[in-house]
Amino acid sequence: MAESPSSASEASAGGPTAGRETGTQLVKRGLAEMLKGGVIMDVVTPEQARVAEDAGAVAVMALERVPADIRTDGGVARMSDPIMIEGIQEAVTIPVMAKARIGHFVEAQILEALGVDYVDESEVLSPADEAHHIDKWAFTVPFVCGATNLGEALRRISEGACMIRSKGEAGTGNVIEAVRHLRSITGDIRRITQADSAELFEWAKRLQAPLPLVQEIAETGSLPVPLFCAGGLATPADAALAMQLGAEAVFVGSGIFKSADPSPRAKAIVEATTHFRDADMLAKVSRGLGAPMTGIGMDDLDQTFADRGW
Amino acid sequence: MKVGVLALQGAFAAHLGALEQVGASAVEVRTESQLADVDRLIVPGGESTTISMMLERSALVEPLRAFVRSGRPVFGTCAGAILLSSRIVGGRSDQLCFGALPLSASRNAFGRQRESFEADLAVRGLDDGDFHAVFIRAPRLEVIEPDPPGVDRPTVEVLAEIDGSPALVRSGAVMCATFHPELGGDTRVHSMFCEM
Repeated sequence: MAESPSSASEASAGGPTAGRETGTQLVKRGLAEMLKGGVIMDVVTPEQARVAEDAGAVAVMALERVPADIRTDGGVARMSDPIMIEGIQEAVTIPVMAKARIGHFVEAQILEALGVDYVDESEVLSPADEAHHIDKWAFTVPFVCGATNLGEALRRISEGACMIRSKGEAGTGNVIEAVRHLRSITGDIRRITQADSAELFEWAKRLQAPLPLVQEIAETGSLPVPLFCAGGLATPADAALAMQLGAEAVFVGSGIFKSADPSPRAKAIVEATTHFRDADMLAKVSRGLGAPMTGIGMDDLDQTFADRGW
Repeated sequence: MKVGVLALQGAFAAHLGALEQVGASAVEVRTESQLADVDRLIVPGGESTTISMMLERSALVEPLRAFVRSGRPVFGTCAGAILLSSRIVGGRSDQLCFGALPLSASRNAFGRQRESFEADLAVRGLDDGDFHAVFIRAPRLEVIEPDPPGVDRPTVEVLAEIDGSPALVRSGAVMCATFHPELGGDTRVHSMFCEM
């Protein structure tokens, strides 16, 4: 349960505090609404967090190693040290997110206790449970989860996720997987809006997803929670591509701090995410950013993170 | 009447949806020419630091100042309220505020996301029941002396309060809310702004 700040609990009886609720779906999805049109940046130190905030990041993801290093180092990747997360919380005023292993609800409990603003139940870390994701309804802190397709997205939403991001293939600097996931999710949403009521049962079966969520998509034409893009974004053009394909905000992991000159690149990606349809602006901000991260082709990968999660 | 929603970052899509529901013609504003084309403006919630930087990088600072000065109605919600206030507590030193109202805004004064909440507010002017308000990493507002003192400005009318601080205020053509009327499906505050 969330603790109330003293100011809240001291409000006059019968005042507007009556019926006050924390951790509701509206409050959890609401923060995702506030991050739309923005860039969430992976950072491993308070200094990097400040560079991210200076560049205009809407939030930072605090982690021990960026995905590119997790890939190179191998071994088990886990939740970050609380000291590191607290150092980043002190360094910036924007929301701080952190990653828990898939199914590792105790890591999530610890992150909630630290006052992290969003928990990413992430395939970038080593999974802790090969069958179960975290029951995210049990938490006050909101969760974001990765998905490669609509069925996976809806299963995560049914478990309580309040934001969905494409998985992409983190740490590669290669946008192809994120594009595949986004197109798969938005394409199926469009097809569902064309389906008649009988076909929705078949869609639910095919997607292995709860029928009410499929029916909700048929009615609204969009995912019930915000859809963001993550995994392999490295340039301003990559960010704008994700936005034009229907993402509502972007996560950039290794793409910033594994590039030759992180600060101007981070700024340029922020501007490209805001002005994603303005090609003149994109041309302007893409100039002279130095070398992007080298990147990896999908055929050269030893391990795909996107296959983690079910 | 055309209502613009500043769409540099934040909850602009939800505001456009709410404006559509109350029958207003609403458009996204990201450039000076788009701003020049609207009769009133909503500055949405989001990250006030990011929106402030993007106003500078999109050459919108002076156009927005001029818009506010022109007396066209402006409504700031959450981060938008911070941007329209005269003083920011707990912000970045380079963070802009437009001084549209004599308000001091303390960022994230209710705590982190864990402490974000929903509450029913009695709103002056809305007679048909409380407004169900969503507060997300909300700022706390305080009405302060206009700077310079003695300047003849319309008084700030507090329309709703949370924990003894203003949650919804109006003065002249400017309205500010520390909560998110665009979330939750009740469009009465948007109607109020469109009728101002």
